Amino acid sequence: MLYARLIVMRLLKAVVVLFLIVILNFVLIQLAPGDPAAIMAGEAGATDEEFLRQLRERFGLDQPLYVQLWRYVSGIAMLDFGWSYRQGMPVLDLILARLPATLLLTGTAFVLSLALGILAGSMAAARVKKPSGSLIMALALIFYATPLFWVALMAVVLFSVYLDWLPAYGMYTVGAGHTGLALVLDIAKHLVLPATTLALFFMAIYTRMTRASMLEASQQDYVKTARAKGLAPRVIQRRHILRNALLPIITLAGLQAGQMVGGAILTETVFAWPGIGRLMFEALQQRDYNLLLGIFFFSAALVIVFNIITDLVYRLADPRIKGAS
Amino acid sequence: MSFFARFAQNRGALVGLFILIAIIGMALLAPLLYPESPWRMVQRPFLAPMEVEGFWLGTDTMGRDVAAGLMHGAWVSLLIGLVSTTVALLIGVPLGAVAGYYGGLVDDGLMRFTEFFQTIPNFALAIVLVAIMQPSVVSIVLAIAIVSWPPVARLVRAEFMSLRHREYVEAARLVGQTHGTIILRQILPNTLSPIIVLASLMVATAILLESALSFLGLGDPNVMSWGYMIGAARTVIRQAWWLSFFPGVAILLTVLALNLVGEGLDDALNPKLARERS
Repeated sequence: MLYARLIVMRLLKAVVVLFLIVILNFVLIQLAPGDPAAIMAGEAGATDEEFLRQLRERFGLDQPLYVQLWRYVSGIAMLDFGWSYRQGMPVLDLILARLPATLLLTGTAFVLSLALGILAGSMAAARVKKPSGSLIMALALIFYATPLFWVALMAVVLFSVYLDWLPAYGMYTVGAGHTGLALVLDIAKHLVLPATTLALFFMAIYTRMTRASMLEASQQDYVKTARAKGLAPRVIQRRHILRNALLPIITLAGLQAGQMVGGAILTETVFAWPGIGRLMFEALQQRDYNLLLGIFFFSAALVIVFNIITDLVYRLADPRIKGAS
Repeated sequence: MSFFARFAQNRGALVGLFILIAIIGMALLAPLLYPESPWRMVQRPFLAPMEVEGFWLGTDTMGRDVAAGLMHGAWVSLLIGLVSTTVALLIGVPLGAVAGYYGGLVDDGLMRFTEFFQTIPNFALAIVLVAIMQPSVVSIVLAIAIVSWPPVARLVRAEFMSLRHREYVEAARLVGQTHGTIILRQILPNTLSPIIVLASLMVATAILLESALSFLGLGDPNVMSWGYMIGAARTVIRQAWWLSFFPGVAILLTVLALNLVGEGLDDALNPKLARERS
């Protein structure tokens, strides 16, 4: 019952945040230099006066601001994100078509970075003051400081151009006509480079978090008790320290979701991965502002959904926390 | 132990400081060594590094000198990193100070506002802001500042909350100092060290953000930046990997140096914490 109430509360909060983002979008359109109709047309229709007149009428741009805002908000409430004049399709359809690819990429990268990050971080925590522990942390710092898009490009040069091990572009081999298992394998092969490069940056973050969190947990009284009982250091490390150190990592992993979206925009751009990140890059190049704002709204919604999920996982993992905070 | 001695105890921080000074040197020397615009075509395009004397990093797709671009780009990266961090501090410090000092409803309201900005995916917001304001140094600085102030506000708020009931603050209140004076003269100076540490890390993040924006084609069209160089060379990566390679190394070194310096500052400003950590 408690969970049901909690979920309702979080959903209400999510609706408020999404509403504020819609208003932010509206303000951005208003702030943009030039004619809002031209912006919504993505500058494509700027030459066509008749088309602009239709747009003004449809969005009521000749009406007072609050009427415009009402129309904009109620449109989005009914999932009408407008029309992409560049692509000749409704914005919603474009985004929905690209969403699965992004979920596959970010999901894989998330699991990969979390698993490897926790592994590397706990290794580093067990080897404090040893060269091998310092080496792990130095590598983590370097990956943290490296621009993601550059790692992606260098991965293309090394693994795709020189070694010719993995495909660098797209999600599947065009024209190969794979089906069933062959298709799955084909997509998996295309997924390796984008998912790994996206994961590297986040792996660095989780490594640092895990190490810090484990070092903190190792100061606790129950660890001293376990040591006094004569348990093997390995067992203490795994059962007493790591398990307790994981909780803050879940919270922080949830907070990283927004960063993951940003990373996806860059990796998808480099690897021509057909997700919403690549769509955002295309919208940028074509100055398709309507599509751009639609993707912005959707990426924020994704992050909120992810935050709610991590929040629930956290509460399941740690029954000490009750109710809404 | 003096401040610098504590800083120098951290080897990594010294290395970082050294790299940072070298990059600042590059930025300062750029107009002297390469007085002409880095946009000018000076040789035939696609020269490999060392192929022609005087062009040791080669030329790009338009025959522009890569070395000149790198040096001029250093200036742009550092400038945007510093200015956008300053603007983010100007937003975040007052908000955090007011929220932490007054508490209650003011705090609630301001923290909801901060939370809202933290929920929005920050790189996506920066892209939308720059695209709509049109790419320029000013819009890039504003966009980076707008997406990076929330951690400042949270940090300053936490510091203010823990300091506002200290005895020296109560004493200042007793002698009748105004809220403004107490915030500015009594509490704020005591929160400076964590703010300085955070700021040095924020400059690093800002440089990464700027390079990512320029990479996507959202850089100021009038200034040469590292991110732009990588973005422009992206499509010819198969023929000329070095065009993307060198600017990337420059970004990596700068961001790494700033992170190392930040850790060193943390050790030097909070000696007690540093001992506990190692």
